[in-house]
Amino acid sequence: MTLDLVLFLVLALVAVASALGMLFSRNAVYAALYLVLNFVTVAVFYLLLSAPFIAMAQVTVYAGAIMVLFLFVIMLLGSDALPKSQVLPWQKPLAIVMSVLLAAEAAYLLVTKARPAGDVLPPTELVNTTENLRQLGNALFTDYLLPFEVVSILLLVAMVGAIVLTKKEKGARQ
Amino acid sequence: MITDWTLWLEWFIKSLVWIFALLGGFAYLTYYERRALARIQTRVGPNRAGPFGLLQPIADAIKLIFKEELSPAKAYKFIFFLAPILTLVPSIVIAAVIPLGPPIQLFGRQINLVLADVNVGVLYFMAIAAVAVYGIVLAGWSSNSKYAMLGGMRSTAQMISYELALGISLIPVILLANSMSMVDVVKAQGMLWFVFLQPVGALIFWIATLAEVNRAPFDMPEAEQELTAGYHAEYSGMKFALFFMAEYQKMIVICAVMAVFFFGGYLGPGVDKYPLLGPVYLFIKVFLLLFAMIWVRATWPRFRYDRLMSFGWKVLVPLSLAIVFITATGILLAEETGNPMWMWAIPAASVIAGLIPVVTIYRTLKRLSYERA
Repeated sequence: MTLDLVLFLVLALVAVASALGMLFSRNAVYAALYLVLNFVTVAVFYLLLSAPFIAMAQVTVYAGAIMVLFLFVIMLLGSDALPKSQVLPWQKPLAIVMSVLLAAEAAYLLVTKARPAGDVLPPTELVNTTENLRQLGNALFTDYLLPFEVVSILLLVAMVGAIVLTKKEKGARQ
Repeated sequence: MITDWTLWLEWFIKSLVWIFALLGGFAYLTYYERRALARIQTRVGPNRAGPFGLLQPIADAIKLIFKEELSPAKAYKFIFFLAPILTLVPSIVIAAVIPLGPPIQLFGRQINLVLADVNVGVLYFMAIAAVAVYGIVLAGWSSNSKYAMLGGMRSTAQMISYELALGISLIPVILLANSMSMVDVVKAQGMLWFVFLQPVGALIFWIATLAEVNRAPFDMPEAEQELTAGYHAEYSGMKFALFFMAEYQKMIVICAVMAVFFFGGYLGPGVDKYPLLGPVYLFIKVFLLLFAMIWVRATWPRFRYDRLMSFGWKVLVPLSLAIVFITATGILLAEETGNPMWMWAIPAASVIAGLIPVVTIYRTLKRLSYERA
C-alpha cells in the first residue's frame, strides 16, 4: 500500500465522517462547523492530486467566505437551538481526532506536494505544479471562454437580483 | 515517503524559530505599542519594570497566566474553549510562506530561509486570512452573551467585506511578479519595490489588512465604549491571553506579508553577498510598518459602522478592480511596444484613479458640514 493510498483513505474517512456529523448534529452552528471541516478536507484532496490552486480557492471561497456567511445568517436568525432530542457524546472526541488527522495531512502535503517540481516528489507530467496556474488561466480564457463569460454574467445577474430584492422601493417609504 | 530525516529536522527547527520569534515578538510588540502610544499622547508609558520598562511584558505574562479562568454558565463550553485556539493558529500558520532571506549555506547543505515555498503562496495567505474569521465569530457566539454576539457579528460582516478588497489588491502584485510564490514576489522586486509601481494597491492592502486584524480605526468588533470588549468580553486568564496574542502576532505577520508584497521583503543593499542580512532588513521593515500601525491607532477615531461598510464596498472594491485593470494594461503595453517606460503609466494612472474617491469623499463631507452649519 503506497503512502498516497493511506493518505487518501484517512482523508476519505474524515470527509465522510464530517459529512455525517453535519447531517446528524442537532445544533445548526455545529452542523455548519462540520461542513467547514468537510470543505477543508476536500481542499486537502486537491492537494493530494497536486492541484494547489484549486485547493486554496476551495478554502478561500467555500470554507472562508460562504460558510462564514452561513454562520452569520444562523447567528442572525438565532436558529441555532434545534429541539434537542438526543445528545451525541461521541461528537466532540470524533471532531478532535478528525481535525488533528486533517491538519497533519494538510501540513504534510503542503510541504511535499505544493512545491516546485523536482524538489521532493516529481508530480505527473500533466499537472506540473509550477505551470498549474498558467495552464488553468490559459484554459479558462481560450478553450472555455464562453462558459466562463456565461458564468460571470450569471453571477452578475444573481448579485443585481439580490440588491433589487433587498432595496426598498422609493414610493413605499411614505 | 520522505526518508531524508534531515529535511524533517530542518522543517522542525524552522517552525520552532517562527513560533518563538512570534511569541517574543508579541510580548515586545505590546511594550513597543504602549511606549509609542504614550509618546504620541505625551505620556511616559510603562517604564518601571527593569531598565526602560523592558521587563514589563514578562510581568504582564505572569499576571495573565495566574489569572482565574472564568467561563459563563450558559456558554457552549467546547466551542468556547476552541475559539481562542482557532484565532491563534491562523496567525502563526501564515508565517510558513514568508521568506526570511535568500538561501544560505550551512553544514554543507543549502537551507532556504522559508518554511514552505508554496507555489501558490499568495493564495495560501488569502485562504488562511479567510479562515481566520472563525475564531472571532465562534467566540462571539459561544459566549452566549449579547455584547460578545454583537462583536462577533460585526467582525464577520467587516472581515468578509474587506477580504474582497484585500484579495483584489493582491492581483497587481501577482501580475507584476508573474508568479504566486512569495519567494518569486520578493525576487521580482530586485530592481524596484512594488510600492513604487503600485502605490494605490499598497494603500488598499494596508487599509484592508488593518480591517482584517481588527485594529483601530476598524476595531468595531471590540469597541470598548459600545460593546465593553466585543467578542472576548467573557474571556479571562489564559484564554483571553490567546486572543491578545493572536491580535499582535497577526499584526507582525501581516506587516511581514506587506513588506514581502510591496517593500521588497528581505531585499536591501548587500543581501547578495551576505545572505544573513536578509532577516535583518525584513525585521527593520516590519518594525517600521508596525510603527505605522500604532501611529494610525493613535491618530484616527473609530469608523461609524455604516461608513465602514460603504467605504469597503463602494470605495475600496471598485478602486482595487480599477487598479487591477490599470496594472494589466500597463504590463500589456510595455510588452507589446517593447518599451518598459510604459510601466510608469501604472503608478500615474493608479494615483489618478485613487484621487477620484478621495476628492469625492472630501467634497461630500465638506458639503455635509456646510449643510449642518
